[in-house]
Amino acid sequence: MEGAFGPPPDRRDVGRMMRLAVLVKQVPATDKVKIDPETGTMLRTEMEAVINPLDLYAVEEAVRLKERLSGEAEITVISMGPAMAIEAVKDAISMGCDRGYLLSDRRLAGSDTLATAYALSQAIRKLGPFDLIFAGERTTDGETGQVGPAVATLLDIPVLTYVSKIEEIGDGRIVVHRAIEGGHEVVESPLPALLCVVKEINEPRLPTLSGKIKARETEVPVLTADDIEADESMIGLKGSPTRVVKIFYPKITREGEIIRGDDPEGAVDRLIEFLRERGII
Amino acid sequence: MKLEEYRGVWTLGEQRDGRIHTVSYELLAWGRSLADKLGVELATVILGHNLADQVQELIYRGADKVYVVDHPALAHFSVDPYARVLTALVREYRPEIFIASATTTGRTIMPVLAAKLRTGLTADCTGLDVDVESRQLLQTRPAIGGNVMATIITPNHRPAMATVRPKSRRPLPRDASRKGEIIFKRFDEKMFESRTRRLGFIRDETAESPVQDADVVVAGGKGLKDGRNFDMLFELAELLGGAVGASRMAVDMGWIPYSHQIGLSGKTVTPRLYLAIGISGAVQHLAGMSSSEVIVAINKDPDANIFKVSDFGIIGDLFEIVPLLIKRLREIKGKEGEGK
Ligand SMILES: Cc1cc2nc3c(=O)[nH]c(=O)nc-3n(C[C@H](O)[C@H](O)[C@H](O)COP(=O)(O)OP(=O)(O)OC[C@H]3O[C@@H](n4cnc5c(N)ncnc54)[C@H](O)[C@@H]3O)c2cc1C
Ligand SMILES: Nc1ncnc2c1ncn2[C@@H]1O[C@H](COP(=O)(O)O)[C@@H](O)[C@H]1O
Repeated sequence: MEGAFGPPPDRRDVGRMMRLAVLVKQVPATDKVKIDPETGTMLRTEMEAVINPLDLYAVEEAVRLKERLSGEAEITVISMGPAMAIEAVKDAISMGCDRGYLLSDRRLAGSDTLATAYALSQAIRKLGPFDLIFAGERTTDGETGQVGPAVATLLDIPVLTYVSKIEEIGDGRIVVHRAIEGGHEVVESPLPALLCVVKEINEPRLPTLSGKIKARETEVPVLTADDIEADESMIGLKGSPTRVVKIFYPKITREGEIIRGDDPEGAVDRLIEFLRERGII
Repeated sequence: MKLEEYRGVWTLGEQRDGRIHTVSYELLAWGRSLADKLGVELATVILGHNLADQVQELIYRGADKVYVVDHPALAHFSVDPYARVLTALVREYRPEIFIASATTTGRTIMPVLAAKLRTGLTADCTGLDVDVESRQLLQTRPAIGGNVMATIITPNHRPAMATVRPKSRRPLPRDASRKGEIIFKRFDEKMFESRTRRLGFIRDETAESPVQDADVVVAGGKGLKDGRNFDMLFELAELLGGAVGASRMAVDMGWIPYSHQIGLSGKTVTPRLYLAIGISGAVQHLAGMSSSEVIVAINKDPDANIFKVSDFGIIGDLFEIVPLLIKRLREIKGKEGEGK
């Protein structure tokens, strides 16, 4: 793990390009998702897909940071997914990221959060070093919020979750606000670090026309499991400690007393009686 | 990994500002059923500073054992020392199951821990059970935007790890006759070092709504038509001694702050009474309230999904029903007042 991120954090950054990375995932756009009954994994083909809405905040924050550093930064977008996920990478480029890579390989299919985090951490090692990595709070399909903290752990760098504001950055350190129960915690961390950002951090911009043109013209290289030197036992279904064993529709269980309110007074009287029976009033 | 070397159920206790938080007791309720089913011990591990005089309470609430790590560096949650200490404890005692609450702390430390231990973790479970024969933890959670439920196992790795949403279960009643063992663990100073530093905390009262701690939740949805109509619900909530919740639609319309949102992407609540007013009962909304003890719905659409989870429902116009209900409750209150 040593050295993956270059010199130790006490170096001076003055006059040096900051290297930023953003992790984005493509997710299904509709609620109509098909599931493979054998493996319990999602069938990702033939459906409309978009960049994970919460990842837009991560992209926006990286772009804002670059602007704050007067352009003295480079932003690399990294995504893992099927070939069509290239669109999510291009969306991020159209918002102002400089380049992007798609990690795509049959052998990665069926990865759970740990296997995904391992593959992404390998890609980051390959493409880095980076000073700062941005991730979204969670995806709208996986909904775990586990990938960011797991990537940071596998890279052995600090993770800052629920980041709602970057207060200060420079001299190899960052100060952020974390939106946690009851308020905001102010935390300082050395760089490199990984931030999982929340919605409240910014308002993502819409891509400009020139951004869209740039995205169309930018080539997004596709990396395979070999390119990132992945240990095959750590990726895909084989590298996933969890297994989906059952998918079902939530069953609706209560059979209550439903009355018509044609006579509102009577209905309210009956409700009061019911609340009394249940000891609520 | 020899699975049979791992025995026992663990929960992660949580403290905030040096006080044990109620999520710790909710977790013990979950853990108790799992441990009893498997016929093993239930232990809680709690990290913090100056906790000694409080930890007995964890036994009264269901733990057989409590592992306490007390150190100034643990006073507030910090990833590095928490991860090091918890990894060391898991390696030493080898629990087969380790669950935490899906608070910002639980959702941060558990993936870090799972990555260090290279084991499986399932986020935000709404149901936990065990298959006694295979000793597998059955972790059930909403998947794909809450449209379906998925049951997940961790077949070949231990501990099986999961987070459960705060308030998805009530704590067990306090039983001061329960006996258990409290073990204070000490570690080398190096274990408590951290790369990050907490510089301060900015309290924000508005970020918290009392909805999760309320015994009665009066929730409003799109049917209220206008933000001002929430005033009615606040009045009703006050009469019932409760708090106001909302559907995502109502929040998206800007009628009430996000901190009041109930459901998949909002808060989970398990009050004694959930009163849903002008809420259709989308699965994502149900995900946050369907374990409430008593559910009452008022909706003008007889086919509204909310009626399927209700113990009592009125098919009618909320603008007629709610003012009448407020009036009746006021009368009752008034009478009670006179009687005293
Ligand atoms: C990923 C994802 C996450 C989501 N998370 C959440 C979440 O956390 N919480 C949540 O609530 N939703 C969530 N949703 C949205 C959810 O799918 C629904 O859109 C939402 O719950 C609907 O809100 P509603 O019931 O207020 O509105 P509607 O569905 O529009 O229902 C309004 C109801 O009011 C009734 N009504 C209208 N007028 C009156 C009247 N005068 N008297 C009586 N009844 C009346 C109508 O009959 C109707 O049933 C999520 C969706 C997705 C895809
Ligand atoms: N396949 C992926 N490719 C790139 N980034 C991902 C991927 N999966 C998750 N992430 C990142 O991790 C965050 C949390 O995802 P999740 O754990 O799935 O909720 C996302 O918001 C992304 O930033």
